[in-house]
Amino acid sequence: MDPQNIWISFPELLVWFPLVAGLVAFALKSDKAVKNWSILASLITLAIAIVSLVFSNPEKYFYLNNVSYFWLKYLGSNFSLGLDGMGHMLTLLTALSFPIIFIATNKTTYRNSNVFYGLMLLTQAGLMGVFSAMDVLVFYFFWELAVIPVYFLCSRWGGEKRIQATFKFFVYTFTGSLLMLVGIIYVYLQTSPSAFSDHSFSLHAFYNVNLIVGDQLWLFWLFFIAFAIKMPIFPFHTWQPDTYEQAPTATTMVLSGIMVKMGVFAVIRWVLPVFPDAVSKFDNMVIGLSVIGMIYASLIAIKQDDLKRFVAYSSIAHIGLMCASIFTNSELGLQGVMIQMFSHGINIIGMWIVVDIIEKQTGSRKISELGGIAHKAPVLTILLVVIALANIALPLTNAFVGEFMMFSGLFKFNMVYTAIALISIILAAVYTLNMVQKVFYGEANSLIENMHDISLRQKMILGVLVVFIFFFGIYPQPIFDLTKDTVEAIFTKIN
Amino acid sequence: MRFRAKAPLGVWGLMNNILQLVWLIPVLPLLGFLINGLGRKQVSKTMAGVIGSGTVFLSFLISVFVFFSVKSGNSQVVHYFHFININALNIGFDFQIDQLSSIFLLIITGVGLLIHVYSTAYMHDEEPKDFAKYFAYLNLFVFSMLLLVMGGNFVIMFIGWEGVGLCSYLLIGFWFKNTNYNIAAKKAFVMNRIGDLGFLLAVFWLIAKLGTADYHSVFANVASLSTSDITGITLLLFVGAMGKSAQIPLYTWLPDAMAGPTPVSALIHAATMVTAGIYMIARSNVLYTMAPLTQSIVAVVGLSTAILAATIALKQNDIKKVLAYSTVSQLGYMFLALGVGAYTGAVFHVMTHAFFKALLFLGAGSVIHAMSGEQDIRNMGGLKKYMSITHITFLLACLAIAGMPPFSGFFSKDEILAAAFAKNPLLWAVGVGGALMTAFYMFRLYAMTFLGKFRGTHEQEHHLHESPKAITIPLIILAILSVVGGLIGIPEIFMHGGHQLEAFLAPVFAQSNAIAVKHHLSHSTEYLLMGISVSLALIALVYAWRKFSKYQKTDTEETGLGKLMENKWYVDELYDAIIVKPVQTIANYFSSIVEKKGIDGFVNGIGKAVNYSSRHIRLIQSGQVGTYVLLMVLGILILFIIQLFL
Amino acid sequence: MRGLGRQNYMEIKWYIGLAVALFCTGIVGVLTRRNSIIIFMCIELMLNAVNLLLVAFSKMHAATALGLSNPNIVSDAQIFVFFIMVVAAAEVSVGLAIIVMLYRNTRSVDVNFLNRLKN
Repeated sequence: MDPQNIWISFPELLVWFPLVAGLVAFALKSDKAVKNWSILASLITLAIAIVSLVFSNPEKYFYLNNVSYFWLKYLGSNFSLGLDGMGHMLTLLTALSFPIIFIATNKTTYRNSNVFYGLMLLTQAGLMGVFSAMDVLVFYFFWELAVIPVYFLCSRWGGEKRIQATFKFFVYTFTGSLLMLVGIIYVYLQTSPSAFSDHSFSLHAFYNVNLIVGDQLWLFWLFFIAFAIKMPIFPFHTWQPDTYEQAPTATTMVLSGIMVKMGVFAVIRWVLPVFPDAVSKFDNMVIGLSVIGMIYASLIAIKQDDLKRFVAYSSIAHIGLMCASIFTNSELGLQGVMIQMFSHGINIIGMWIVVDIIEKQTGSRKISELGGIAHKAPVLTILLVVIALANIALPLTNAFVGEFMMFSGLFKFNMVYTAIALISIILAAVYTLNMVQKVFYGEANSLIENMHDISLRQKMILGVLVVFIFFFGIYPQPIFDLTKDTVEAIFTKIN
Repeated sequence: MRFRAKAPLGVWGLMNNILQLVWLIPVLPLLGFLINGLGRKQVSKTMAGVIGSGTVFLSFLISVFVFFSVKSGNSQVVHYFHFININALNIGFDFQIDQLSSIFLLIITGVGLLIHVYSTAYMHDEEPKDFAKYFAYLNLFVFSMLLLVMGGNFVIMFIGWEGVGLCSYLLIGFWFKNTNYNIAAKKAFVMNRIGDLGFLLAVFWLIAKLGTADYHSVFANVASLSTSDITGITLLLFVGAMGKSAQIPLYTWLPDAMAGPTPVSALIHAATMVTAGIYMIARSNVLYTMAPLTQSIVAVVGLSTAILAATIALKQNDIKKVLAYSTVSQLGYMFLALGVGAYTGAVFHVMTHAFFKALLFLGAGSVIHAMSGEQDIRNMGGLKKYMSITHITFLLACLAIAGMPPFSGFFSKDEILAAAFAKNPLLWAVGVGGALMTAFYMFRLYAMTFLGKFRGTHEQEHHLHESPKAITIPLIILAILSVVGGLIGIPEIFMHGGHQLEAFLAPVFAQSNAIAVKHHLSHSTEYLLMGISVSLALIALVYAWRKFSKYQKTDTEETGLGKLMENKWYVDELYDAIIVKPVQTIANYFSSIVEKKGIDGFVNGIGKAVNYSSRHIRLIQSGQVGTYVLLMVLGILILFIIQLFL
Repeated sequence: MRGLGRQNYMEIKWYIGLAVALFCTGIVGVLTRRNSIIIFMCIELMLNAVNLLLVAFSKMHAATALGLSNPNIVSDAQIFVFFIMVVAAAEVSVGLAIIVMLYRNTRSVDVNFLNRLKN
């Protein structure tokens, strides 16, 4: 198939469509119109992502999933996008999450909702770009494009302390981004010449760059800190609970469901293959940090009273495991990370939807103030229990497969780390069941009096998530098949 | 259940193909779960009961066919689809159908069916949707348990393993309005999870060393593992078993689990789930036989649990608590059997225990039902004349658990004790001590409940009645099984070839038996041991019977050792002090000090420092030209100095 | 320069010394005085100190570079210096005009009074 004949390819569509849709949303006036438009637009994006999945076979449909234009020709940067297995999976997750988020928060009213939804769609475009970038400058560009709208979303539509939280979030992520930029420029200067310039920003050039070990060691940290902040792992995590707490719930869902995957994704795409020597040198340190972070965050989660902070800390614990297993240098661990990225996205969005429903109905997020919701809203309780159990990786839910493989990979790396990290799954059971017991069981109190069970729309949304939870819990093979090429390519590169 | 039973000829054709249908065994209860769970508002109580029991009944039927098929030599691994299939690891969704799993299938579906039927009457006062929910959970439990037993590798077993833990959690907290029940449920789940940690580590270890978790490839390649690997793996697996099967130090959840409805206690916390640990070790017997150190630890832990739980049971006054501790104690015996390499004995005891302990719990449920929810045996007494079926069946069960010949418990317990003696006479002696206590506390329970005068309120006395048929029929069936169940394992000394169970299970344990050194006891020793244990138990039995049939309520507090036992040796308090409290303290410290003041303080500190310094540096910009010039000159001077001297 | 003999030419160090003295006087004046006219004069002093140096170095380097043949050679820098002096004169006129305007506006030539840059 000749690349010239394809008028537009999938990664491009996935990036440009949300971008244009977002710009259109800015122009819309009525609240209703903008909401309907965003749902429609995100569903179209989902359709594109699904169709692109059909064309995911790299041998047959390579050109459909790869584009490249000259961008900054004489700098050696091309505007190139491409989807491999991991890219397909994450763009699918992004495409899937947005309609779910839009539909679930459909009843929330925002000031200037056209701006709100416009920014959300811009974020989606940025995320798509990050997951499909095949050129490090393009990657950096979209990395920032994904985050900048979030600053505005948090600072304009957030909670009481939104300014502090946004500021913290901004300073953290921006520091990380700048470090990464320094790293990118340094590596760029070491790359070999391309057709029009002395150096190149392309993925290929970065993968083949010759870096001496001494350089790798410090460059590694420049990149890794940027991504570690985004994931986040201990001790770069303190922006996260504040931001999750203060951001509007729809934004929080994007942040925790997809944006944290950016960090995990970026480590797999840009750190593992570019700095293999540094990775093998610092693996113990990073895994140690991650494992400490898992236990630490789990312990803190036990003490949280605010449901949003509770979910935030439990998420830090899960991300810690993902980060640890990336560095285990085992196929098992990396495949586990792949499926877990998807599963974690699904599960945590489900958690947020439940938290949002509770907050909307009772006006409180305090675990200590709530209780006995199961009497008033049995369906909500059942769905929440399923999602919560998936969150603690019970078998036959999607998270089990990922965590099982990640722990298994970690075990091959080091047994002691695994034993310590496994304590976090006990703690996860403790804090999750505590929460379920206090919020949902027991006697109903006055706050719950007016609570009613969830609407059909909410049932359907949560139902879809639960179907995903069980489907990939029982039959995870499709995701393995999809991401196999990425994992294999990375191991060929490293070893 | 009888081994010699001949199936009608026409069924042979079906039986040969029955292994094609094994997937139905777990799927049917799952279907029941889905129907009752999703449609709990629509189904009536009768419907829910029929669906719940019906699906288990069908599974039972298939299990019976599967059993006979296996007995005729048809054991195999059935592969369905790939669960995890990547280059490094291939875990299939496989079912292993062999002698061991078919026995467990029969126990689970058989006892499960009786308990489902029993529940239709016991739970009748619940609202329809709660009733349906109850059956849904019960079916889900049966599904998970079947998955655990049928799984063809450690991962599928683990799926069932966690699944039964979840169901136990859901059923203990079935009456979720009561916070104490919820706490008990949570405790059960968390303690199980601690065990699961060990199990998981063992599986990871196997995968790391052998690259597989399939039973057959693990056991075939066991020789390639070093001794330390095997010891580590088996110890970790045993940690898993400690959690699930309530052994020291993870036993405390089981007595608390009695918060659930009584049939649940019978099914999950006596007959099936808690024996999962025994099943798992019996399944991996090859590994254990090759790890003598682990075996000794298993034996010692099992025996200590048996004794500790028995001492606590001596002083409990809640009818279900006594039974709970007796369950823990009996599980200890099973581990003793596993520890001394008597795998058949352990499985045998699982089976007989499933009969008589389920019967005891269901009998207790019948009593509680009649007493309108009263569980304190000090307020019972004299129930003999009100509820004769419950009374007789309960008595039979007590005789069985006390090890009186020729009831089922006698055969299985005797086999364990004989094996223990062959390994080390000390184990036997302590074990007999436990058996003595068993007889004592069971007959204390029996006498205080059924004999003497009624000590409850008049209202309760007026209300006393025999339970309906749905309750008594399962009691009768279980009573028959408790009496005759032991006959499939008649020791060699009584009847040559009498131990049919051993012959049946031989292929499963063949690899172990080939490795292990067998000590054979002479017939006279075996008679002697049997005589000693039976007569001691008999003495305890008679003493308890005489002492407690005349029991009067007194207000005297227990003192000394009695008080220690009554308060369960303060183990719960100990755990609270050494585990729960410190974890809470650390969590508190992390969340309020390290997180807020440490890390966040550092981050915010940078912000504050910038703010502070800019506020002060701002003052330099005074607007005075003189100052600016001075600074300029100073700057030039500094540059000069740097240039000239540095 | 040494080759030329000490008796005919002043050594460079004397020029430098004079220029430094003038420059320092200028600096001290700028730093200590508050009258803007005097400050302005001091700035001129500094400018001319630098000019002087420029001429002196130019002469020295020219002599070195071209050898001994023509000791009276005129270097380019002296032209520059004239140029600078012309420009400085223009600058002085602008500066003085500003000071006059300041005086008209504020009735003062005290620089400490002129702190409007602040805030």
